[in-house]
Amino acid sequence: MFSSAIAVANADGKVDVIANPDGDRAIPSILSYVGVDEYHGAQAKAQLIRNPTNTIINFRDYIGKKYDEVDISASKLGAPAIQTEDGNIAYKIIREENKTEIVTVGEAVRRHLIQLKLAAEDYLGNDISEAVITVPTDFNEHQRTELVKFAGEAGLKVLQLVNEPSAALLAHLSATENKLLEDKTYVVADFGGIRSDAAVISVRGGILTELATAHEPHLGGDNLDDSLVEYFAKEFEKKFKVDPRKTARSLAKLKAESINVKRTLSNVQTSTCSIESLAEGFDFHTSINRLRYELTARSVFGKMTSFVEQVIKKAGLDPLDIDEVVLVGGTSHSPKLASNVSFVFPESTVVVAPTLDPKALDPSELICRGAALQASLIESFDEEEIKESLQPIVVNTQHLKKPIGIKDAEGNFVPILVAETAYPIKKSVNVTNGTNENVIIELYEGKRTIKETIIEPTPVSDAEDLDDDSDEEPEIQREVVYETGDLLAKLSLKDLKPNSELEVIVNITQNGVLHLSGRELKPGSVAVKGEITSA
Amino acid sequence: MSIVLPAATGSAATFEAVSKYSAPTRRPIEPVGRYFLAHATRTLRGHTWSEYEKLEAEKNVTVVEENGDEDIGDEEQDEDLLAHDPREWKTADLYAVLGLSHLRWKATDDQIKRAHRKQVLKHHPDKKSASGGLEQDGFFKIIQKAMETMSDVTKRQQYDSVDTNADVVPPAPKSEYDFIEAWGPVFASEGRFSKKQPVPSLGDMNSTKEEVDAFYSFFGKFDSWKTFEFKDEDVPDDTSNRDHKRYIERKNVAARKKLKQEDNKRLIALVERAYSEDPRIKLFKDAAKAEKAKKKWDKEAGSRKAAEEEAAKKAAAEEAAKKAAEENANKKADSKKAKEAAKNAKKKAKRTIRAAAKEAEYFGDAAKSGDIDADVEYLVEKLDDVQLQTVSSKVAGGDATVTKSAFNEIAAELAGVGKLQAAHLKYFSA
Ligand SMILES: Nc1ncnc2c1ncn2[C@@H]1O[C@H](COP(=O)(O)OP(=O)(O)OP(=O)(O)O)[C@@H](O)[C@H]1O
Ligand SMILES: [Mg+2]
Repeated sequence: MFSSAIAVANADGKVDVIANPDGDRAIPSILSYVGVDEYHGAQAKAQLIRNPTNTIINFRDYIGKKYDEVDISASKLGAPAIQTEDGNIAYKIIREENKTEIVTVGEAVRRHLIQLKLAAEDYLGNDISEAVITVPTDFNEHQRTELVKFAGEAGLKVLQLVNEPSAALLAHLSATENKLLEDKTYVVADFGGIRSDAAVISVRGGILTELATAHEPHLGGDNLDDSLVEYFAKEFEKKFKVDPRKTARSLAKLKAESINVKRTLSNVQTSTCSIESLAEGFDFHTSINRLRYELTARSVFGKMTSFVEQVIKKAGLDPLDIDEVVLVGGTSHSPKLASNVSFVFPESTVVVAPTLDPKALDPSELICRGAALQASLIESFDEEEIKESLQPIVVNTQHLKKPIGIKDAEGNFVPILVAETAYPIKKSVNVTNGTNENVIIELYEGKRTIKETIIEPTPVSDAEDLDDDSDEEPEIQREVVYETGDLLAKLSLKDLKPNSELEVIVNITQNGVLHLSGRELKPGSVAVKGEITSA
Repeated sequence: MSIVLPAATGSAATFEAVSKYSAPTRRPIEPVGRYFLAHATRTLRGHTWSEYEKLEAEKNVTVVEENGDEDIGDEEQDEDLLAHDPREWKTADLYAVLGLSHLRWKATDDQIKRAHRKQVLKHHPDKKSASGGLEQDGFFKIIQKAMETMSDVTKRQQYDSVDTNADVVPPAPKSEYDFIEAWGPVFASEGRFSKKQPVPSLGDMNSTKEEVDAFYSFFGKFDSWKTFEFKDEDVPDDTSNRDHKRYIERKNVAARKKLKQEDNKRLIALVERAYSEDPRIKLFKDAAKAEKAKKKWDKEAGSRKAAEEEAAKKAAAEEAAKKAAEENANKKADSKKAKEAAKNAKKKAKRTIRAAAKEAEYFGDAAKSGDIDADVEYLVEKLDDVQLQTVSSKVAGGDATVTKSAFNEIAAELAGVGKLQAAHLKYFSA
């Protein structure tokens, strides 16, 4: 966990992301100790060069884990993780008068949350006692319980723990009016500092369901930094015949500046890299452009794209089935990542990232915005009610396997409910009889097919160009089209005047009974009804 | 554009169900957003869900996140256990009842909860009667008893105290066995009852004497939390016979005490046996003997050794003195050489300076060569070692102007610090 963010939402859904006293909204999740003093956030991050062994980083994912269960390489740059007598994880740091202090992961979390709480109280001017906290989807039950416990020790009662991709998506969908009610399928891909997480989430009738998740514990901005470190180190070595990776201190300096360079290159085309006395007293001044950087880090970007493809496969879907991709996390500021990801999808799929859409919300803030929104929604409920609503009987619901719809006069499938719609659900469509006096409403399950349209390359008039492009392949555009599959039920409406307005309603109850009804939209009309069940 | 419905053909019935729709997938929905809250309210309002319905909702849920131990509690119970008399539930293997016999005392609360849920779904009487089976709720009662026991910390400790199925049996006496391999798990298993945690491990053949001693001292003073309430005779409920009740209670207390004493004795015997069979103890004894012998020899050889040392010391001192003398001589020679070199350099510089004027053809003032030579001689006399070198390098080129100005400059410099009197100069000016 590289950074933390805190946000507050008011009753009408306006969210404020809170800056800490240093003015940071993405607050580095780092604690550092110098004698009696504790540093937090950016100030602690600065200590990574001078005072690495007393600087605690990346501790969140260790919550509720035993030393034997985790990969401790995440803390290689800061205070090393050690095993306590009971097999848990802690950090050994040196405080005043050379006294060693053992800081357990729980204690680090507690201290970090206290700092965040203070920052929020400072900003809002009032006390805070409750919060919604987000966690990666792969946090197990025990980890969740432990986090709630640690937060309690920091003076924060956790109203609810929310999965990170759901929080991010909630924030994204809430930014546009009524977007939550559009039935769409999303990929939420979160590229952080040391890890990457992705989820395929379907949104149906405002209800979010995770269809698949994937995690890559060793892929993130850190790898991009390392590519730059390697690149600069080689250049430095060539110039001064000194390896700047040899000592921890020069490596830390190089890493810190590489992060700056990387972030600069997200905004502009070139960046300088300046480090006073990098190694053996040699100063290092050079510059790099975006293209060179993207080339250097090509394999990392490649892995990120495949990671997105992988989660879609895990959901049993094809990129064609994805309506939108929401890029989340600090690393999603990288222009190359956004453009690479968009190449995976057809043009109809929207990729949401700041470099592709200037109106997109800051990917570093999406998750905490979602948490703030959720907090404002449940604020008025009491603890018992919130707990009740999280019970399996509420949360575990049946989801439609295939879309359900009707056939129109031309034989096309008109979807009413899309696949993965959660029960109970009620939806209607307005139709007409045209010139027919008697019509039939045939309810079908949709059958997924892929339609391929060949787009001939636009003929080039220029004779010169013709040479180069003459053997260009015609482009094939693929799209998912649903056709009528199995017939489920028939319902007829009779004695209609031409062009009457009609309504077809499909309603699936909690226990899975599907009610179909059709009626004329006029006062006093009587609906024709019937029901079917599932296999 | 509005959707037009197809025309009805013939006089079909107004509604006709043709087939069932595909079986749905049960998935957890994400508890976020206002539509979720509406869903929750709708599901809970005016509805009381039975425990069975609630557990049913946990069945066959498509999990997106693999936790690695989804099969917890999937163990099958054997026929005897399924037919166990529920009134005698205490004699049933309660971990096997929950499908956790491979984990036993190591099972976490979460694993117990999940395993229990699985058993309820499998053995719930509602479920059994639905599938035609009858009179099967005996085992379900045992499941509930097992859960009652396991979900209460105290009760679980009481059960674990007497769960001999989890014990590791020590090797048969006088049999051939690998000590570490055979006893390691025995003590690891006994260690779970220690009030003091962590418990030292038996170690291996490379453990130090200190480690082995610490291990036996720990088990020698073993403080166990084992209790024997689980073996209590049931205290009758009826209040009519209070004397009898009290009698049973007293009997139970006495029985517990006796069992505890027996268990302590058992452990002491176990530790003693392990100690007597531990090959490391013999190794340490042998090593101690050898050490003692060595010490004795050392002691006897002490005086001789002292003499040897004395001699060695003397030799070393002589060697050092010799070396120091040599070094001194070398140093002297070196400094002599250096001095000579400096002298030579000085001589050479003076020579260059003296020759410079002539070399520069007396700056076109050959007539005044006498004055010039006199001045140069005067200057050379006044120059210190550093200045000699500077001036000589300046004038070495033979360029008339450079040489002349070098002489003028140095004259001025010397006059400036009062080393030379300008009036004494005949040709150059200070
Ligand atoms: N403008 C930017 N351009 C490129 N990378 C950036 C930018 N801003 C932040 N980052 C990178 O984003 C990463 C941190 O992302 P984020 O804050 O989402 O991580 P996190 O969620 O705290 O950690 P993790 O997901 O690894 O547990 C760091 O590698 C940081 O360098
Ligand atoms: Mg993250």
